[in-house]
Amino acid sequence: MEERVLVKKMIDIKVVFFASFKEQLGCSQMEQSLEQGATIADLCRILSGQGGQWQTLFSEANKNVKVACNHQMAEMSTILNQSDEVAFFPPVTGG
Amino acid sequence: MPVSNKKIIITEEVLDLANLNSVIQSSQGQNGASVVFTGCVRVSESEKGLSGMTLEHYPGMTESLLDEILSQAAKRWQLDRILVAHRVGYLTAGETIVFVGTCGLHRKEAFESAEFIMDYLKNKATFWKKEHYLSDGNVKDIWVESKQRDVDTLKRWKS
Repeated sequence: MEERVLVKKMIDIKVVFFASFKEQLGCSQMEQSLEQGATIADLCRILSGQGGQWQTLFSEANKNVKVACNHQMAEMSTILNQSDEVAFFPPVTGG
Repeated sequence: MPVSNKKIIITEEVLDLANLNSVIQSSQGQNGASVVFTGCVRVSESEKGLSGMTLEHYPGMTESLLDEILSQAAKRWQLDRILVAHRVGYLTAGETIVFVGTCGLHRKEAFESAEFIMDYLKNKATFWKKEHYLSDGNVKDIWVESKQRDVDTLKRWKS
């Protein structure tokens, strides 16, 4: 009998952090593999799962997280694609 | 009407205000009105121990956001020239952080567009300020938090 294995297709994305987030996490950028069709909310759940500051920052209750995908402001429901660059940062304070 | 001259400068170098002013005012003879706004690191804050600040930004995204803001301004007002310059990196008290210059036919469009650009820059452009305080020989760094009063400034442009 033929054995069928369901292999989920994965995508690789780049995640970058700015300002206080970068310092809080001790990380400016990372690579992340996700299942195809994953959203930014899915990415946040994975990041939050790392515990510590990651959990604090990426909990759903934290409304101070701004997110961009490929230099465009994005939503939690934004679906990610291969080689996307997702950026997380606090509200801006320039000028 | 598309603006004929639109320029964005993001730099670690001290802003050359005389040069930036001359760019904005070079077409004033034909256009009649120019407005220049500059924002700087408040010297008065140095009394509270502020020794300087560091400005971080998101290269690539900052430029495209500023370009979008300038394009919106050019759609709303008839302008001949728009110039935005913003510092990044380390700044000391008194140094200029931002320069916004607009030039058009009449003062109303020059004033309003400069204010529109500053309001959107403060709320949308991906810059972050970290203040450095020195007290009793210790350095303390504080990331500046966004202010509700800045968010509120956008309401007047939503109509």
